[in-house]
Parts: sequence; C-alpha cells; structure tokens
Amino acid sequence: MSRVDAIRMQIMWDRLISVVEEQAMTLLRTAFSTSVREAGDLSAGIFDRNGRMLAQAVTGTPGHVNTMAEAVSHFIGEIALENMREGDTYVTNDPWKGTGHLHDITMVTPSFRSGKLVAFFSSTAHVVDIGGRGFGADGKSVYEEGLQIPIMKFADRGEVNRDLLRLVRANVREPDLVVGDFHSIASCNDTGHRRLMEMLDGAGLDALDELAEFIFSRTHGAVMDRIGALPKGSWSNELTSDGYDEPVRLAVEVAIDESGVHMDFDGSSAISRWGINVPVIYTKAYACYAVKCAVAPDIPNNSVSLAAFSISSPPNILNAARPAPVSLRHVIGHLIPDLVLGALAKALPGKILAEGAAALWNIHISARPVAGGAGRPAEILMFNSGGMGARPGLDGLSATAFPSGVQTMPIEATEHTGPVVIWRKELRPDSGGAGRYRGGLGQVVEIAPMDGYEFDFSAMFDRVSSPARGRDGGGAGAPGRVLLDDGTEFRPKGWQHVPAGRRLILHLPGGGGYGDPGERSPEAVASDVVGGYVTRMTGQDK
Amino acid sequence: METGQGIRLGADIGGTFTDVVLDVCGTPYSTKVLTSHDAPEQAILDGIELVTADAGIRPAEIKLIIHGTTLATNALIERRGSRVALITTEGFRDVIEMRTESRFEQYDLDLVLPAPLVPREDRFAVKGRISARGEVLQPLDETALDRIANQIAGQDFGSVAIGFIHSYLNAGHEKRAREILAGRLSLPISISSEVSPQMREYERFNTVCVNAYVRPRMSGYLLRLRERLAKAGAVCPVFMIHSGGGLISLETAAEYPVRLVESGPAGGAIFAADISRRFSLDRVLSYDMGGTTAKICLIEGFRPRTARSFEVARTYRFCKGSGMPVSVPVIEMIEIGAGGGSIAWVDAMDRIQAGPESSSSEPGPACYRRGGDRPTVTDADLILGKLDPGNFAGGKIALSPDSARRAIGAEVAGKLGLEPWAAAFGICEVVDENMANAARVHAVENGKDISGNVMIAFGGAAPLHAARLCEKLGIDRFLVPRGAGVGSAIGFLKAPFGYEAVASQIMKLSRFDPEALNRLLDSLRSTAENFVRSGTDGELRCEVTAFMRYAGQGWEIPVPMADRAFSAEDRDRIAADFRDTYADFFGRAIDGAEIELVTWSVKVQDIRPAGATLSLDTRGRPVRIRDSRTVFDPDEGIERRVGVVERGALSCGDRVTGPAIIVETETSTVVTSAFDAVVQDDGAILAIRKEARRVPR
Repeated sequence: MSRVDAIRMQIMWDRLISVVEEQAMTLLRTAFSTSVREAGDLSAGIFDRNGRMLAQAVTGTPGHVNTMAEAVSHFIGEIALENMREGDTYVTNDPWKGTGHLHDITMVTPSFRSGKLVAFFSSTAHVVDIGGRGFGADGKSVYEEGLQIPIMKFADRGEVNRDLLRLVRANVREPDLVVGDFHSIASCNDTGHRRLMEMLDGAGLDALDELAEFIFSRTHGAVMDRIGALPKGSWSNELTSDGYDEPVRLAVEVAIDESGVHMDFDGSSAISRWGINVPVIYTKAYACYAVKCAVAPDIPNNSVSLAAFSISSPPNILNAARPAPVSLRHVIGHLIPDLVLGALAKALPGKILAEGAAALWNIHISARPVAGGAGRPAEILMFNSGGMGARPGLDGLSATAFPSGVQTMPIEATEHTGPVVIWRKELRPDSGGAGRYRGGLGQVVEIAPMDGYEFDFSAMFDRVSSPARGRDGGGAGAPGRVLLDDGTEFRPKGWQHVPAGRRLILHLPGGGGYGDPGERSPEAVASDVVGGYVTRMTGQDK
Repeated sequence: METGQGIRLGADIGGTFTDVVLDVCGTPYSTKVLTSHDAPEQAILDGIELVTADAGIRPAEIKLIIHGTTLATNALIERRGSRVALITTEGFRDVIEMRTESRFEQYDLDLVLPAPLVPREDRFAVKGRISARGEVLQPLDETALDRIANQIAGQDFGSVAIGFIHSYLNAGHEKRAREILAGRLSLPISISSEVSPQMREYERFNTVCVNAYVRPRMSGYLLRLRERLAKAGAVCPVFMIHSGGGLISLETAAEYPVRLVESGPAGGAIFAADISRRFSLDRVLSYDMGGTTAKICLIEGFRPRTARSFEVARTYRFCKGSGMPVSVPVIEMIEIGAGGGSIAWVDAMDRIQAGPESSSSEPGPACYRRGGDRPTVTDADLILGKLDPGNFAGGKIALSPDSARRAIGAEVAGKLGLEPWAAAFGICEVVDENMANAARVHAVENGKDISGNVMIAFGGAAPLHAARLCEKLGIDRFLVPRGAGVGSAIGFLKAPFGYEAVASQIMKLSRFDPEALNRLLDSLRSTAENFVRSGTDGELRCEVTAFMRYAGQGWEIPVPMADRAFSAEDRDRIAADFRDTYADFFGRAIDGAEIELVTWSVKVQDIRPAGATLSLDTRGRPVRIRDSRTVFDPDEGIERRVGVVERGALSCGDRVTGPAIIVETETSTVVTSAFDAVVQDDGAILAIRKEARRVPR
C-alpha cells in the first residue's frame, strides 16, 4: 500500500466511526425508554463479514460495547451466513449471547452491497421492561426474569416479525415503550447501512476487506507498543461486594506478558441464588474496559484492541452459566474495574485511581394507586451515581458514573413518567474518602409516591457494607445507606415497599481518597469546608 | 422607523477583530479594527470614524446601528463574570454541579469537568415545590427568603439567579421570590421561567445562571456604548443581534444577555441566508471557517435552522458535553475545532490528526514566522500550493514555505516517512474529513440529506477547503460571496426584527385541549410581539412551531403549525403533520403510538423588503488564464500546473475551468479539477461540478 493510499484508508476509518456515530445518534433520538434516550444506555457498532468489530460509536456504555463486540459472531453461528438475506434484522436478549441480561435488546442487521454481504451493523439498548419479575435480583433463575428471545428474525427481507411483537406486547408491562424501542433499534441499524453504502459509493469500493485489514493492523501495532511498555509479571487483588444476602468475594490475578494482559477470576465466590450473577461475556467487557483505560485510552475500540486482553474463570459468580439469574449483573459487573485496577495499581504504582462507588445506584420503581384509588400504574427507572475514586493528582469526580458510561435523567423528565416526587437529589457532604486527593462525593436522593399512590422498588445497590477503599494512604469513601424517612433500614438489594405518605432515602456511597490526608493542600481543605463538601475538620471517615 | 434602507451600520466585536460595515443606501464601506478587551466600545467608535470618513458622512447621519458581540461568550469561556447567588429549590442545590452525572470521554480517567458557574457556597436552597402537573406541592418558604436576602446583602454579590423545579409549568414561586428579594436587594435578578421556560432542570438552571453571570458586565458595557455613541454624535437607535438571529432592543439585551451568546456566528448564518434569498436557493449549507473553528449551518427556505438549546464554552477538545448547556433559541450550527490554525500531529496508530488545538493568531502557523513551530492547516495549504506565499493578506504577511515544510517535516512527514507534500495532503484530507463528518452527523440529527444543497463558503479559510468538502459531501455547487471576510457584520444589517418565545406545556394528543393551547400561544405571541414592537412598526410575520414526540420518547421534533387559534377538530391534522415530519426525520412513523405536544415556540419577525433577486449563472464564458503555479491535486494524487488568477481581474460572467486558484487579499478560492467557476452578477464566485464528475443520485 502506498503511503498516500494509507492516508485514504485512514480517512475511511474516520468515516466509518462517523457512520456508527450517526447510527447511535438515530437510536438516541428515536428511543422511547428514558434509560436510552436520556441516559444513553445503548451502543452501536459495525462489524466485518466475519463478525469482527471494526468500529463503535463513542456514544454508549462499556458494558454494551464490549459485549456486543462478541455478540455478532453468535448471530453468525446461529443463523448461518447462507441464510442471511437483504432486509433481514436479527434480534436477541439472550444474556449469554448478548449483553448479560434480558433487559438489553441486541439487534444485528446484515449489510448487503450488490447482493453480497459486506458488513454487519449491531446495536443494543436497555428497554424499560421485559416482563417476569421485573428489573431486580429476586428471580431464582433466568426463567423468572422475563421473556427470553433466542436469536431470531426481527425482520425477514424487510417484513417485521409481527408474531414476535405480539408476544413481546403480551409479556411486558409497558408494551408501547418496549415495542417502540424495538423499532428504534432496528431503524438505527438501517441508518448505519445507508451511510455505509454512501461511503462505499463515494470511495468506489465494493467491500470492506482492505479497510478492515488496515484498521486491524494499525490497531494491533499500537496496542502491542503499549503492552511492550508495561512491566511483566502477575499481580492479584480482592474486593468484597455486599452481595444479596451474604458478602460476595471477587478475586483476580492479572498477568502481563509480551502477548497481552490476561485476567483470571479464580477465587471469586460461587454462583449466587439471586439475580446478581454475571455472565462471563459481561465480566470480560468490564475487565477489558478497565485495562484499556489504564493502558490504551486513546486507541479506538475494535476486535483487535480488545483481543490483547483476555480473561478466564472457573464457573463462579463472574462466570455464571444458564440458567443462573442475571438480571442485576451490572451491580457486580461494575465492581470489576475496581477489582482489576487494584491489581494493576501494584504493577503501575502511582498511576491508578482509588476505588469508587462503581455500581450505578439504579432504582426501578413500580408505582400504583393505593387500593381503591383512581390512576394509572407506572414503571419508572432512574440512574444515579455515587462518587468516583480520587486520582493520582486530582480529586475524584462527585456523583459521576464510572465505569458505566450512562447519564442520569432530569428529575423533571422522571416526574413526567410516573406518579412520584423526587424531593432531593444533591451531593452528600462528608462522603468522599479523605486523602491528599479527596474521593468524589456521593449523593442523597429522596423519592416519595404522589398523594394517593404507593410504590414497590427494586434495590440494586452496592457498597453499603463494603465501602470504596482509598489508595496509597487515602481513606475509604462513605458507605451507602437505604432507608425510609422514619428510619426503617432497607436491604441494598431486592424488591421492597414504600407506603403512601412515606419517603425513600438513598445515601449513595462516596469514592476512596488517594494519598495521605495530611498532605492535602491547605487551600483544598479550606475550599472543601467553604463549599460544605466536608463539614468536619479532619475529613476522616465515619 | 425605517429598517430597510437609509444609512445603517453593523458592528461585530470578535475575539481578535471588530468588523464595522456601513451601508449608505446600498453602498458598503467596511473596516477591521483590533478589538480592545478593556474597552470594547472603543473599537466600534474607531471603526465608525474610519467608515464614516470613507463614506464622507457624519455619524449623526447614521439611522440605525446593529451590533453583535462575542463579549458574553468570552466572559463565559474566560470565566470573567459576576459573583452570582443562585436561589433554588431545596434538595436541588447541586443540579448545576452534578450536570448529567456522566463523563463526556469514556477512557480518560484524568478527566476534569468544568466547574459550575456558581460555586456551592453561593447556592441557596429554599422550600417550595411545584409538581410535574404545575400544582403547588409545598408552599414557598418566604421567611427563609428574607433570611437569604440578608445573607446576600452582606456579601459582594453582583447578580441573583432564581431557578426552581418545574417553574416552566408554573412560575408563581419564582416570581414571588423575585418580588421578595427585589424588596431587599439592589441587584439584578434573573428567573429561569423567564430566561428559559423549558423542561430539564440542569439546562434551565444553568441558563439562568449564565444570564445572571454576564448580566452586570453586559448591561454596563451596553449602557456605556450608548453613551459614547451619543457623545460621538451617533444618536440613532442601537439594536442587538441575538443568538436566534433576530434583533432585540438594547434594553432587552441588557436584561437577557444570555441571548447575546453566539450572536456573531448568527450574523454569519444570516449573511449566508441573505445570499440564499438573493439567488433563490432553497437548500443551503453555510460553511464558515476561520482561524480556530469551522461552523456549519443548514439554511432552508432562506432561513437558518434554529434550535432551542446549545452548548457553549467547551473545555475538552470541543467534545460534546464538555461545555455548558444554554437553553435559548439559537441558530443551530455545529462548531468543530477545524481552522487554518489547527495544529497537525500524529497519533499512536500513525494516523494524522488535525486540531482541535489551534495556534490561534499568536504565534500563528509556522509559515507566519512569528514563533510558531508546530504545523497547521495553513502550513499544509501553503505546501500544497493553495496559498500564494507572496500575496497573503494583500502581501502584508509574507508566508514562508520553508518554515511550513520544516514544521510539517518534523511533526508529521518525518514520523510517517512521507514527503512533505504527501503529509500536507494528509493534513488537509483529515481536516476536510472532520468537517464532512460533522456536517453528515448534523444532517442526520436534523433528518436531512444535504447532497442537493448549495454550499455558501466564507471566512478566511473556507474558500481554500470548500471544493474538497463538497466532493466529500456529494455537493455539486458552492458560492464564495463578496465581503466574505466581514460576513457577520454584513449579516447583521440583513437581520429581521424578531423574537422567539418558547414554553413547555406537555399535552397528550388524546387529551388535546385547544383552549389551554390557545391561551399559551396568545401569551407567547404577545411576549414575542412586545419585544419586536420595540424595534419596528412594520408588518409582522408569525411562525408557530410545536415540538412533538411519541409519548415516552425524550427527543422532540419540530412540527410547523398554522398561526391561528386551534379547535378540537385540529387534532387529527396535527397528528398527521407529526407523522409526516417524523417519517421525514427517521424513515418511518410508528403505528398506533400515543403522540404528545411538549413545547411551543412562537417566532415573530418583521417582513424585510425583498432585495433584488439574481439567478445563478451556471454557464458563463470561458476565459484563459495566463499565470500558473504548481499545486497538488487531491483527486489524482499528483502535483500539476494550475492556473492562478486575481479575483479582481475577473468580470461578471467569466468562467474559469478547474483546476484553478482565484486569489484575493484575505484568501484564495481553490477550484479543484472537479469544478469550474463562474463569476456572478454580484461578484460572487459560483463553483460548479463538471458534468462528468457528478456523483449519480
């Protein structure tokens, strides 16, 4: 390839990223559930005809992106290339072949050019309901967690599978929103396809093969340079999650050699009876995300950049096989980066941030009128974030999602979706771990049913009994708390009830501190006090 | 008052230059003066002195001054505003600090979020709550407001902002709080239900804080300006251009200065819109590329597209989400870090990157030889032969190809084993592709296909890159107007007196309530008309737009509505209009889903006298060009001799066959081998893609 041709290839690579960005934008604009449209719980990507991910939209969250990277090969295996036709779209929510739980709908659309398959577009979004017990940890197996859609056709040569949609409608609590989202996901793949055709028209190309090789070889070179610069050896780490009814131990050994970074999760707790288990595809997604942030943050995500990072695990909570319940796989999944980064901190001292709240404090609310009252029941989903760990050189970010990439929803939008009042959503003073650099603050959220209503909520919280630890002498972040305004404590996981007239109060955990608190600059200490981020002189943890 | 003719003056204060354009009954006189940051009004006065002397008139003869400025934007970027006290609903003290609770860049663990405009200790929470239905859930705690007033009075605050939850539905508490505070404080008070009555608390609260933050500075500046103008003899009315592209009175601007943010770029879009009307071009892509950024805007039916919110002061590589949201009507454009000064570099994958970091005007590109040693887009343009080293800025700046070659060699070509010209080609391709991608995504966001549009290119760097950008976007024609260097200031003179009033009122179509709707529209209409009537007594045009979605969606699409009272029978019509618009945007409508109305906008503006219209001359008569120089042809990947001609040496109707370069003082228009160029009756250059080189559609 001549050097000027290489420039042309680079331009097409940029263009491909723009194509998937347009794909993601279409999904964001047309989605129905607040989780997608306000919070950005989605992903979009393009794959070559062998199912290797070429590019992904920057918009999106790691749990989706990195799982979807593997999902497409399952579709190819199940449907088989020779059965794929122009106008087809395939769908699944299989946790083990998609993105780890039934609420995520993944769709794959083959992209044909002059009758020949040239690429696949794939996208994933979290729908507001999938039937079963609802979004929560209480299912005893995946069969209780909702409708399972094995890999099948959503559209056959352009004809939408109406039987599937009828089945979905009959099984979910918010059929209009869910079916609307099905259409949105499919149509964003169509957008990607149209843009790809325009790009190939403009470039006078019939296939993506040459571009794929270019992308993969350039990426491989860059990733290997980074790995070459890492210290070699193996380092381990452990972390405790609240679990459902008993603490869960997570363990990793990170081994770095010339070929890449390998993570083994042997030593982690056994499969749980509750829906907090993690399919290994999701474990891998967040483990790879963590390493990538630490080692190669600027290298675009594709099959090759991910291939340098591998994982293994015996069957356990981080490698739970069907039919384990997995609805809340994100709670423990979100702790995996802290687990992996803790091991990397030993390999790369002084370079890795402290632990943070990690798991989003998502809450799913099923509100209904009190017995005999008028009014409509409603399903409401909120995403809330605790504090991020302090960085070497910077305070942790307060109330900011990490590792998840989602946003919160405006409370004004949330209150329009159902009969609840959010009375408080603000920073939680004194929750950031002390340190030379302070951990990010958590937040306090107070939610009450409107007059005449009551609600059940699914708790999916962590870091209540095991707070985020500091690093290099930094203090721990404040643990989380879940309670009623009369002082009744709630469990951090499972469906629970808030009666009419009461308020649910969530204290979200803070991030851990970094370095010796005694070395914190006097200016930073003073401004913490003036702003009320810290109300006690020492800033020591409770 | 006359608005269409006579002697009028436009003044655009930019970061580096202040452009002043005087229009004396159709004859333009323009000048560029260096902006003085301590006394920005000085540059306008200096400019007025120059252009009035040129035109041989006295300042007193000016009938109207129209002014736009980046001062409000810069105050936000540089954080030079007043200390603001924010009064907000108890429980929501940190809305402007918690933002969207997300990281705008997924992999950078050292990310720094922009600090909130109002620090935590200056945010005061008070009880009082409105529900999502607009009902009072909890009364306003008036005693607490007394206490807060005392706290504010005891400190050095310059301004007050009030933002309460759901105030866009019921402004009662905000207005009452203002009343109480106004009785005890002599500070300007801004309330969110007036500044930005739209749903989404973070955006609305931030917008009212922005308004309060720049208000003392901007109102001080505006009053000073009027005084000094009067002293200089210019006693005519002064109007301000706002971000939505209309004019507002100086008094309104002093009260709602957030509406001045992005008013300069708005002028550029109006400039392009005016040209689109002159040539009856229904679909236009305006493309403005300067030293630091490129701005792209869709213009349809001779009007720029508008939006209800935008992001200002991005802090991280122009990354979406790294700035702050401002929810006021705005001419919708995308701005990316791609300009002549954008710095080129090589990333970890050996890919050439350009921008968003810029060498700005100081030290400038390497070829300026003013201390800049990093390669820029301008350096690449020079190496490729697009710029004439001896004739840049009318010969005022001698460009050094050697310095450009050295910088590109050190930072790009050397690292990749490329010849300097190949590296320069790569830099230009990358910057052009970045702009093309931004334009494509912008088009998708608006549900548009832009390949049939005509591009209007202005700003110093745009004519150098327009042809290649058109090739990438499948656009067949672009225009380079005269006066492109002071486009915004010229645009100001074309702006209508206009105001857009916006308010949210969520209503399911199945529960369509025409009376409530008519009440809302009447109030929006009278708000907008009052603003407009302060500037004109001409005939007005009113545009009503509903922002609608399927119930459950979060993104509304604009659906144009008739300007009249609605009745129950209109429901089906509105539903049908929505479905059609939705299908335009996203391919197909959704069967059976509930539709809802979310936000209404009423835009009132005066009807401008139509200027002379011209038709595009796409034929022309071929002229021979004698001079030539060596230029790199991106299409064929080779260097070749290319004709060079002075723009001033061409006459109306002359047709130049590409490849050619048409040079003028500030810039050059590059006509690639895919294009020919014809000089139009008004002196604009129209480039047309050759038949054989068109992309079939």
